[in-house]
Amino acid sequence: MSIFEYNGSALVAMVGKNCFAIASDRRLGVQLQTIATDFQKIYKIHEKLFIGLSGLATDAQTLYQRLVFRHKLYQLREERDMKPETFASLVSAILYEKRFGPYFCQPVIAGLGDEDKPFICTMDSIGAKELAKDFVVAGTASESLYGACESMFKPDMDAEELFETISQALLSSVDRDCLSGWGGHVYVVTPTEVTERILKGRMD
Amino acid sequence: MESVFGLVGKDFAIVAADSSAVHSILVHKTNEDKIMILDSHKLMGASGETGDRAQFTEYIQKNVALYQFRNGIPLTTAAAANFTRGELATALRKNPYMVNIIMAGYDKDIGPSIYFIDYIASLHKLDKAAFGYGSYFALSMMDRHYRKDMIVEEAIDLVDKIIMEIRSRLVVAPPNFVIKIVDKDGAREYAWRESIKDAPVPGV
Repeated sequence: MSIFEYNGSALVAMVGKNCFAIASDRRLGVQLQTIATDFQKIYKIHEKLFIGLSGLATDAQTLYQRLVFRHKLYQLREERDMKPETFASLVSAILYEKRFGPYFCQPVIAGLGDEDKPFICTMDSIGAKELAKDFVVAGTASESLYGACESMFKPDMDAEELFETISQALLSSVDRDCLSGWGGHVYVVTPTEVTERILKGRMD
Repeated sequence: MESVFGLVGKDFAIVAADSSAVHSILVHKTNEDKIMILDSHKLMGASGETGDRAQFTEYIQKNVALYQFRNGIPLTTAAAANFTRGELATALRKNPYMVNIIMAGYDKDIGPSIYFIDYIASLHKLDKAAFGYGSYFALSMMDRHYRKDMIVEEAIDLVDKIIMEIRSRLVVAPPNFVIKIVDKDGAREYAWRESIKDAPVPGV
């Protein structure tokens, strides 16, 4: 069994009109056994920047702690928050540092950049960035997520419609993956507010 | 294979572990205490490689004491759990400790809590947790019978049900268990559940 499939995860981020949404499942498992149904995979870096970390939970926790550390240092030195593009480059560099002993994580980064323009990207476990204009996916359910997002996505959705679309895409994909699910966690971020919602799906 | 499990009650937390020390087909002893008392209000039940378990739990216990000596106040349960995770994570890619841990603690302002820490340093705060082959039975019994805010008698009743299930359904079932409790009055041994008694060892 692959090390990326040890804990199980599903992550997706989508771009809307002057907003973005990032969603994850809630399962923490150890191979076939479910340990928790309230495990957090999306972390806030600052008000307009979120990172989701799929893959091995221990590496996701270690990587998150390192990234928060780096961002806090950046804030102290620069006296401002990091732009999403800059943060993505930071994550990529940190992952590539461990090129021959990598963190077994696939991050999904979503944020509002200059003039509140939505930015999303994903990368593989050694930091190869994948910028996209519409949606990015990661985790054990990624193949299902690609299909669901491709068919459900349309450009320039507003926050409400974006929430509905990302939720449906997430739930329908995790229902086809035994290692992810047990609900969903969705953040919808506009320039003025952040809405966090918990989804109830098939609890299996 | 070693079983450890724990659950949170109304204002206490309980950790139970089997007490056999096994080497291949031989049972060295049946009264091995696998739940280390870290300080006045913290318990750490551990399962896994015998040497790693004994060494690592003692290492954590001494570091928790050192913090209290240096700083004059004890660590919170969350801090101790995160410290433990940090030590496991640092060692993971050098010389991993094969130890699974359930840490229970009582903090005055937060109340009781338990933390699940995998041998690969995945950390999660839970109401009920279990490790080992016994976890298949423990988690299912807890899913069925556990409620929030149980009193001590109810919780011990559930622990006994779980021990009964492990004894009757696991092919190499450990005969004896130790139960420890932590509440506002501190961490202490609650009971042993023995179906085989070792010959007493002359005191040293």
